Amino acid sequence: MNELDAFRAETRAWLEANCPASMRTPMPSDEMVWGGSTVQFNSEDQRLWFERMREKGWFCPDWPTEYGGAGLDVRRQAILDQEMRRLHCRPPQINLGIWMLGPVLLEYASEEQKQRFLPPMARGEVRWCQGFSEPNAGSDLASLRTSAVLDGDHYVINGTKIWTSYGNKSDWMYALVRTGPMVPKQQGISLIVLDMHSPGVSVSPIDLISGKSSFCQVFFDNVRVPADQLIGEVNDGWKLGKALLQHERRAMSRFSESALPTHFDLDEYLTRCLPSPEGAAELALQQRAIRCLMDEECYSLGNRRMVDAVSARQDVSGLMAISKLVHTEQERDKFELLLELLGNAALGWDGDGFAARDLELTNSWLMSFAQTIAGGSSEVQLNVIAKRVLGLPDAK
Amino acid sequence: MSLIYNEDQQQLLDSARDYLAARSPVSAQRALRDQGVAQGFDSGVWQGMVELGWSAVAFAEEQGGLDFGFAGYAPIFEQIGQHLSAAPLLSSVVLCGSLIEQLASAEQQQALLPQLISGAQRYALALDEHDRHQPDKCTLQAVAEGDGYRLDGSKCWVADGVEADGWLVVARLPDGLRGVFVVPAGTAGVSVAPRRMIDARNMAALSLQQVELPAEALLNSGDTEAALERALDRGRACLAAELLGICDRLLDTTVEYLKTRVQFDAPIGSFQALQHRAARLYVQQQLARNAVMAAFEALDREQGDIAERRRLVALAKWKANQAAQLISNEAVQMHGGIGVTDELDIGLYLKRVRVAQAQLGRSDLMAARYAAQRLAR
Repeated sequence: MNELDAFRAETRAWLEANCPASMRTPMPSDEMVWGGSTVQFNSEDQRLWFERMREKGWFCPDWPTEYGGAGLDVRRQAILDQEMRRLHCRPPQINLGIWMLGPVLLEYASEEQKQRFLPPMARGEVRWCQGFSEPNAGSDLASLRTSAVLDGDHYVINGTKIWTSYGNKSDWMYALVRTGPMVPKQQGISLIVLDMHSPGVSVSPIDLISGKSSFCQVFFDNVRVPADQLIGEVNDGWKLGKALLQHERRAMSRFSESALPTHFDLDEYLTRCLPSPEGAAELALQQRAIRCLMDEECYSLGNRRMVDAVSARQDVSGLMAISKLVHTEQERDKFELLLELLGNAALGWDGDGFAARDLELTNSWLMSFAQTIAGGSSEVQLNVIAKRVLGLPDAK
Repeated sequence: MSLIYNEDQQQLLDSARDYLAARSPVSAQRALRDQGVAQGFDSGVWQGMVELGWSAVAFAEEQGGLDFGFAGYAPIFEQIGQHLSAAPLLSSVVLCGSLIEQLASAEQQQALLPQLISGAQRYALALDEHDRHQPDKCTLQAVAEGDGYRLDGSKCWVADGVEADGWLVVARLPDGLRGVFVVPAGTAGVSVAPRRMIDARNMAALSLQQVELPAEALLNSGDTEAALERALDRGRACLAAELLGICDRLLDTTVEYLKTRVQFDAPIGSFQALQHRAARLYVQQQLARNAVMAAFEALDREQGDIAERRRLVALAKWKANQAAQLISNEAVQMHGGIGVTDELDIGLYLKRVRVAQAQLGRSDLMAARYAAQRLAR
């Protein structure tokens, strides 16, 4: 225990000395730093915080040091998380490559691929997007049709991907493509990584019910990708994709973290909008909000239980399986309550008379509908729990 | 302590499972019900629990305890829930034992605790005066008389009150504060009326008319209000663990049934409508486990933050109440017609769930306690 306490003390001291004061405040959405070739900073503090965390290897603290990580075990990683939360440190950058693709490369890529892709990722130099979903596949992801056909030492890619977050701002994509058209649908899929600036790639953004969105549709027209950018074995991509989606679920539940602009603290609004509830209606609303807070705490205690269980080498697949479902549904419920607490102030679209933060809340409420669909809809999550955790039989 | 069982707790869990499966399976509980056993539990099974050390788990060594910490009760009550085993562990050891430990003088402890830990005597807590648990309401009067007190009034819903060796009775003292009195069985003026409940466990109403007690009957070597609250919170956590054990058993049983029961030429568990409902039950069970583990962790470091203990215990009892209600209702529904027959054990669990939900605090009271802590920050 002593070594862990020492690590906690060191970590706390380092964060206190190195995290600029302005990086310990709630983060408006226009101040999110996205890692990548064109990383942009609004302030000197943002740049300092980014560079200092990069030098520590704390963009990906749990990765081995030879690939640019800090080599922390699960306990130490949890301590780092806790200490960052304690100081309200902003994430130094948002990076889907590190959160989702990185762990899969560590497990499945060749040594050469690891050397090539991981260190730049760990330095926050590449912005990644995900090419999984397709217009007619939806939750039936395995029915994807974007094809990759070997031509000499290149794959030629044709087709389209949809719901690609920040497809228009990313440097590279990791995509699931069909390499084996004549076999059962899960068996003909491969995972490939490609440069978004390759000739034949075009991107168009999608408007959502919340307004402009980060989601894009990406089109491939005879895009040539070097064959050595295929990860793992040919036609073995479904396994890798499933592994990656597990990391995505974890990453999506990170979006609740209090330092992120998408996080709205129900306690805070309850105190602000119902300082001293009077009458049956206000009391009823307060009681509903309390139940929402209670469920939220039950969920976050599960994250602590998961760390304890992983450290004790126990199976956490059950807890992991419920995590995305519970988190996104609780967030949606919370936004509905926030809407009721704020009344008409939460129903503004834009312009005068609305606080910027409240407009952001309205936007996040509308986005919360996307969260229970993206990354495997709630129904897909329930299928996973029913079949893989409870072992219920397949339909005939 | 963490939010998973350590090795010692796991050993307690395994030993409790083995013991209860052998000596107190659900069929034994059913037999107690069918025979109408007044005290609602099997003395032999209870004595076996004592021999396994369950009554000594949380007490200090100098008091004859094992000094294991309160967290030992999480696995034990979980298994009590799984096997639906009735015993006076909660009433006598957790509730009365906690009060004696906190409020009794050295002499009073000497007279009471060894008896209680050895199972030679068992006590029941007479607290409630209302149909819904409202622990702070107390009108039973203790009037100073000579060197002692005279008690007048009544108590209801005294768990394990029938055939107890004595009761700890909470009464209003002349100065308006509350006091805890030791009232041995056979004291003149005390009458006990059994209440037959849906879970067939031991429940009583207590009437006290001009009950004369010596001054030593009052346990007043500590802060009574704080001690009562702490004892009740311990009891609530144990009930939450028991409910969690029931959730686990009902979910396992139901999932097994979904896999084997064939309708429309397919196991009904292959139907997505039922799969999704079963998956949601699993979610609630896991959330309840998170909260229960956190409550026991908070109870085990009681020197710490009392507000944290209140909040997490209220959360655990609330969540276990909610999960058990949902899972017990769905277990009946998913079993269909057989689910409402007495032949199936599910009904026994359902009835126990409802009593345990009400005991020491329904969901609304727990939510209010939680809110008081959360909103005060």
